[in-house]
Parts: sequence; structure tokens; C-alpha cells
Amino acid sequence: MTALDALPPTGPGSPDATGEASGEAGAGPWRSAWRRLRRNPAGIVGAVIVVLFVLVAVFAPLLAPYRPATAEWFGQVTPTSVPGPSAEHPLGLDSFGSDLLTQLLYGARSSLVIGVVSTGVGLAAGALLGILAGGIGGKVDTVVMRVVDVLLSIPSLLLAVSVAAILDRGPLAIMLAVAAAQVPIFARLLRASLLAQRGQDYVVALRSLGLRRRRIVVGHMLPNSLGPVLVQATLTLATAVIEVAALSFLGLGDPNPAVAEWGRMLVTAQARLDQAPMLALYPGLAIAVTALGFTLLGEALREALDPRSSR
Amino acid sequence: MTLLEVEDLRVTFSRKGSPDFTAVDGVSFDVDAGEVVGLVGESGCGKSVTSLAVMGLLPRRSARVSGSVRFDGTDLLRASPAQLARRRGKDLAMVFQDPMTSLNPVLTLGRQLTEVLRTHTDLDRAAAKKEAVELLGRVGIPDPRRRVGEYPHQLSGGMRQRVLIAIALACSPRLIIADEPTTALDVTIQAQVLDVLTGLVRESGTAMVLITHDLGVVAGTCDRVNVLYAGKVVERARREELFARPRHRYTTGLLAAVPRVDAPEGTALQPVPGSVQDRLPWDVGCAFAPRCAVADEACRAGLIGLDAAGGPAAHSARCVHPAELEVAR
Amino acid sequence: MLTLVVRRLGLLVVVLFGLSLLLFAWVRALPGDPARALLGEKATPAGIAAINERYGFDQPVWQQYVTYLGRLLRGDFGASINTGQPVVQTFTERFPATIELALAALLLAIAVGIPLGYLAARRRGGWLDHLVVGGSLLGVVVPVFFLAVILKYVLAIELGWFPTSGRQDARIDATHVTNFYVLDGLLTREWDASWDALVHLVLPALALGSIPLAIIVRITRASVLDVLGDDHVRTAQAKGLPRAIISRRHVLRNALLPVSTTLGLQAGALLSGAVLTETVFSINGIGSYLFDAVTQLDYPVLQGFILFIAVVYALVNLVVDVSYGFIDPRVRVS
Repeated sequence: MTALDALPPTGPGSPDATGEASGEAGAGPWRSAWRRLRRNPAGIVGAVIVVLFVLVAVFAPLLAPYRPATAEWFGQVTPTSVPGPSAEHPLGLDSFGSDLLTQLLYGARSSLVIGVVSTGVGLAAGALLGILAGGIGGKVDTVVMRVVDVLLSIPSLLLAVSVAAILDRGPLAIMLAVAAAQVPIFARLLRASLLAQRGQDYVVALRSLGLRRRRIVVGHMLPNSLGPVLVQATLTLATAVIEVAALSFLGLGDPNPAVAEWGRMLVTAQARLDQAPMLALYPGLAIAVTALGFTLLGEALREALDPRSSR
Repeated sequence: MTLLEVEDLRVTFSRKGSPDFTAVDGVSFDVDAGEVVGLVGESGCGKSVTSLAVMGLLPRRSARVSGSVRFDGTDLLRASPAQLARRRGKDLAMVFQDPMTSLNPVLTLGRQLTEVLRTHTDLDRAAAKKEAVELLGRVGIPDPRRRVGEYPHQLSGGMRQRVLIAIALACSPRLIIADEPTTALDVTIQAQVLDVLTGLVRESGTAMVLITHDLGVVAGTCDRVNVLYAGKVVERARREELFARPRHRYTTGLLAAVPRVDAPEGTALQPVPGSVQDRLPWDVGCAFAPRCAVADEACRAGLIGLDAAGGPAAHSARCVHPAELEVAR
Repeated sequence: MLTLVVRRLGLLVVVLFGLSLLLFAWVRALPGDPARALLGEKATPAGIAAINERYGFDQPVWQQYVTYLGRLLRGDFGASINTGQPVVQTFTERFPATIELALAALLLAIAVGIPLGYLAARRRGGWLDHLVVGGSLLGVVVPVFFLAVILKYVLAIELGWFPTSGRQDARIDATHVTNFYVLDGLLTREWDASWDALVHLVLPALALGSIPLAIIVRITRASVLDVLGDDHVRTAQAKGLPRAIISRRHVLRNALLPVSTTLGLQAGALLSGAVLTETVFSINGIGSYLFDAVTQLDYPVLQGFILFIAVVYALVNLVVDVSYGFIDPRVRVS
């Protein structure tokens, strides 16, 4: 690529000089981003997975053949075998005697709720810190960023464990735990974005017009940071789904072991790995595919919003 | 004796999703041993691509190269990558445009000099190091013994370009291609670096292809000059001849844009109007026609050849209405 | 260079001090009463008072902190409320297992990831490149514990190529000097013990290695692509250097700089992942110790653990930064 990038793009054959750019003239940045997103096959796959996941999570009660975590058919489970697929149970039973398909569908529900809430909380808290640091600057910036540095210096799982330890086991603990690990990410992102804009001409111009700092930050600078935040939030949902599963895998979630949570299902499946490997395979795949969906969508969003970053 | 003979060189870039772009469109020129030949033109005229094609440094995947580049009897375009590598740095060397990025930031200057010596000569480590210090001294770097252990970021741009010149000269090549060697430097040190380069080239009898957009640079250094426009040679002459009797309208335009000490007082500099992008495909007519003040239908009537006018001075131009005829009319 | 080390160590002391204060405040704010938690059902006022006196819970909070800090400075992290074992002793017994696992995973990831990332970049757009990019995406989205379960099922349970759990076969009577079992075997010349520990390490390291592997591959690839476009590589080609030297000295060497900085950032993820991997393969590392401590509110262990991890984390990053200075001359001078 050495010579090609340095030399001929001034010619009529170069993509920068003609066609595409003028074709999109007049469209706002969001609209052209949307257009690029629709042309990205990986992004479409990601979006489809995400939409399916959300639909399954929302309509789990309608889709699922039974109620979750009932252990209704516990009598059919023996120490040496778990009943496999049958007419009544398309995927068979889990090791507590609940319907496996039902457990999986409701698992999407708990993943979505915990993932979205934790990312929302992490985003809100992180964004607030980031806006304080990047918007006000000075001493506030120094103090906030020291706090964020300390948060970052603690491995995220450890942070999660600490929060779970304070709040005792349960979904709330997992939510806050995962959120806590995300705070520094969003704080840094927003701060960097705001700082980068602070020196830009348009901000200087607004300031010279006598606008108040809060108006400039909230009304002008924040909307410009929306894109990167959206990208990060989508990517963070992928890690959130995995971390939620990891924490419930470690037993920090709902104290009820038969609960419909993918991470927990994977734990209980381990004891019967040699008899019924499918019990581990399904929830594991569910986690991976969901994370894949959010990751693909997030990366496609990143490329759509910032075409230069595509590689 | 002809050392380098470039014939009908064509370079076409193809990129996915955009039409092919021919950067060099049938360029021919030659260089005799010990001679300094200029390739002159605006950025985008194909002069740098020509030099990279001669060196075999174009990306193989996206650039298609045809024609022939005969160096000392062998066609470099048909040489294997290994054969090419054996000659590069040894028989033909290159000085690049941007000294800030053309040196490896994480290796010492000494290492970057000795590695070329150790590749192409049988000097041992100590001898190569001694030679490196020697070379740094020759290109005018003060305290070379200390500098040899330093890293590129510790040197100024002018000093780095001197190092690049030292690297190019290390194995006493027969031909050096210098691609805009002073463009990236401060105006005040351009002349110094150019002096070092031409001085050493003349002293060692090395031939040089000097690529530049600056006719002022050409005036002080070149024996012969090729003016390039939109991928083709549009005028070729000995240096004195070109400056005294420019024929192609593009050359006259370039000359009018150069500040001259001998110009009558009050003469305004005349920039060439328009840009290289306003060009006609050569098979339709003169690519320069859209920017040319005297262009007419005759200029848009198909490919124009390089005439052989000028007799023994071999001064040729690719122009329907060359400047001298207008004067005669 | 020295000032960098000194300044960073100074900063570490400040962070540790702040962290110890934070941790102390946090543990005191826990909802559960540790004495009550320890005694459980049998809690009587007299029993609680005895525990409180024994562990100093009845003193003023600030005094508890001063005592605690003094102990920390003497290297005394206290004893586990649960087991009565000194925290430091349990760490030295268990931490080597975790470190051994994390190091094996990291080495594996480096040994595989850097060549793969390099080759993918050199053959950009080829089948290997697509495979590597797709594979690294999978490495990011497949949870470690799921990968560990799959590896355990396929390679250990079904095919029987590797042991399913533990660090060493119980039938091997191995001498343990450092508690790094592979190293112990080498030190004591008990080759079979060392080999057995290594075989036990393969699956956990494969599973855990997937995290750094995916990241190393991606960064190496992107970084090599960047360097390949750099002018100095073209200079090296113009010098007529042999291909191998250009690749090694001018491309790979420069491309590894960004890769090496990210290695430090892997420490946290590796540690978290190690805890998960340990549970799947029943390895007696710090993972199980930590989670017993969490569920039973064993706060001396938690405090010691977090401080310990913070130190390890900071030191790893310091080492990375210092070594970065050695490989990148631009950092060294400025």
C-alpha cells in the first residue's frame, strides 16, 4: 500500500474526488451512517441477532411452552440420565426437571434485563463523571479521573465480586456489579470526546458569542459525542451479557439454583457433562450468539459513524 | 554510455470499487552514466510513481506495470524480486521525499547504515561501523562518531535527509533516484542538502535522476530535463536549451511561475491556472488543453506525438502550438 | 527511566493507601455483622463479644484502621475468619496455581497470536486473514467458562486425551518447593511430575488463552498493517535488504510496540478469566478461595486479596511500561 496511498488519489479515478461524496451531499451524518450501516452485511447479521434476542426476551411468556424454573418433571430425572427431546419437551428437560426450551427462552429475558439495566446504569454514571471531568475541567477533572483510574486499576470481575459481596447475592447485585465495571469506560470516553471538542473552533466561536458553558456542553458538545457513546454502549452490551453469565456462573446471581439464567444453567450442566452435554451446549451457545450479535452490530455502527476507522 | 533506459513505461492502479487510474502513461527517458537527469512536473503528474516503478517498489497487488526499464543491460521489470533486491541499495539507490518518516524510528542511525553495507558488501561488523561513521561525516553531519549511536528522532529534518543520502551512497551505487529530496525541508536548509547531494554525486561519478516540481532546483543541478504532465513526457531538452527556449505551453507556464533574478522589475509571477485534475485523456487530445491559453480544436484532435524537432540538441515537445512558432509568426 | 520507576512506585503507594482506606470503609459498611456471620445459628451475646474482642471489632473504627494499616506495613494481612489460616500463607499456597495458569495462557496466546496476526496482515484479504479476523471475533464473544466446558467435554471426557480436573495426578508423589508445579518438577528433577503438571495445564491454558489470543491477534494484525504502510519500510526495501530482515527488523519489531502495551492491560482480564477457568477444572487457585471469602464475608481475605491484586496489577503495568521504554527509543529519551 505504500505508494498507492501517497500518490495518485488526486486523479479522476480516486473515490474521494468524485461520485460517492457528492451523492451523499445534503444528507445529515446520521442518515449517511444509516446508509453505510445497511450496506454492511456483518452489521445486518448483528442487527438480526439483536432483534431476535430482544423479541424472544420480550415475548418469552408467549413463546415458551411452560412456566420457567418449575422443576415440574423432577421425577423423570435420575442420577444417571436426563430425559432428552420428546413431543412435550422439544429440547428435553434440564437437570432440575424443568423444560429446557422454556429455561432458554426465559434466560434471554434475564440476560436482556440485567444487561440493559447494568449498561444503562454504567452509562449514566460514567457519562455523568465524564461530563463533569471533560465539561468543567480543572480540579474536578483531576479528582474524577483519579477515581476512575482507581476503578480501572481493579480488575472488572473483582469489582463485580466486591459489589456482589456488599449487596449479597441476587440479580440486583449482578446488575450493579456489571455496571460498576463499565463506569470507567464511559467516563473516559465522554471526557476524551469533550476534551477533544473543547479546543475546536466552533466551541471557541460559541464561547465568544457569550453562551454559557452549560449551554455549550449540553446543547452543542454532547450531541457530538453521541455516536461514540452509542457504539460503546452496543459493544458493552456484548461484554455485559458475558459478564452477567460469568457472575451467575460463579453463583453470585439468584440464590435459587433452578433459575432460568444462562450462566447458571451452564454451571448445573457441568455435573452431567458426560450424560447430557447438550445441557451445557445450548446456554453456552445462547450467550455466545447474543454477544456476537451485539459485537457485530457495534462494530458495524462504529464503521458507519466513522468511515475512516474501517479496517 | 546509456546506464538507464526507460521505455514506454506504463503504471495503472486498480482499486476495488473505483475505475482504473493510469498514473504513468508511456513514459520514456534515459540516463547516461554520471549524468544528472531531471523529471519535472506538478504533484500528480506521475513522476514519483515512475521512480518507484524503476526501483520495483510499487505494490504488486494494486499496480500493473508495463514497458521496459533497462538498467545496465538488464530489464528490471522482468527481474525476479530476489534479483531486484540484490541490485537495490547496491547498484541503484533512492533518496525519499520525507526524511521524518523514511527512517526507522526504533533503530539507531548506525544500524540503518551498516545493514545496507553488510547486505551488499563483505565488510564485517566493525568495518561496517567505521564506514558508517565515515559516511555520516561525508554528508556533513557533525560529530558522526556520537551520532551513529543515536535515533532518528534526535535529529532535525535536514540532518535526517543527510542520513538518507548517506544510506543511498553507502555502496557507491551507479544510479541514485532522488524523489523531491528537499521538498519536506525548511527553505533555509534546502540549498545545503541539495549541495551535499549533488556534490557527492558529481564527486563519485554516480548518475542521478532528480525528481522535483521546482524548476529552480533543476536549473542548478541537471544536465538534461524531462517535463512530465498527466503521466506523459511533454518536453525533453538539455537544461540550458529548456530554459532558453521552452516550447511546450506547460513548460512556459512553469517557467513563468518561477521567480527570477534577471526578470525585469515589476514582472508579476504567473501561476499556471487550474489544476492537474482538469485534464483531457491523452487519446482525446492534449491533456493540458483545458488549462492552456492558446489551445484550439487542433489540440483536441487525438493523441499528439513527441516531435523530434530541434535537431542536434534533441529538443522535443508534445505540443501542437509550441511557443517558438508563435514567436516566429 | 529511574525517575519513571520511582514516580510510579510513589504513585502506587498513594493508590494503595487510598485503596486500603476505601476497602476498610467498605468492609465496615457491609450489612452483615462478621461476628454474627461467623457464629451463625449459635450466636449468643457472649460469643459475639468474644469474637469482637478477639478480632478487635469492638474498638473505634479509626483505631481498627490504624492497627490494620500497621499490620499491612509489616506484611501481615491478618487471618481468615473462616479457616483461621493467615491470609498471606494461603496466598502463597494458592496464588502460584493461578499465576501458573495465567502465564501459560499468556505465553500460548503470544506464541500463537503474534505469528497469526502477522501472517494475516501480510496476506490481507486472503483466507488466513478472514479466518483470523473471524476467529478473533469468536474469541471475544465465546465466554471463557463456556470454552472451558467445551474443551473439557470434548478433549477430556469424550476423547480422554487430557485429565478433566486438578493440577497434578494425586498418585504422583511430587515434592513442592515453589508451588509452581511445573517448575517444582524441574527443580527437583522429578520429570514425570513436571510433565504431568504440564499436561494438566493444557486445557485450562487453552481456554483462558482465548481472551488474550483474540486481542493479541487483532492488535498485531492492525499494527502490522499500519507499519507496512510506513515510509521507512519502503526505505528498507529500497536498500535491497533480504525479505526476512525487512520483515523481522523493520516490520515486526515496530509493530510489536503497540502489542506490548496491551499485554499489561490483559492482566486484569486474565485474572478474572483464571478464576472462572479454575472453577471449571477444579484447580485450587485463588478463585475458589476468593469465592468462599465472598459468600462467607471473610473480610480479611477480601481486603488482602484486593490490595494484593492492585499491587500485582500496578507492578505488571510498570514492568510493561519500563520494557516499552527499552524497545522504543522515542519513549526512552522523553
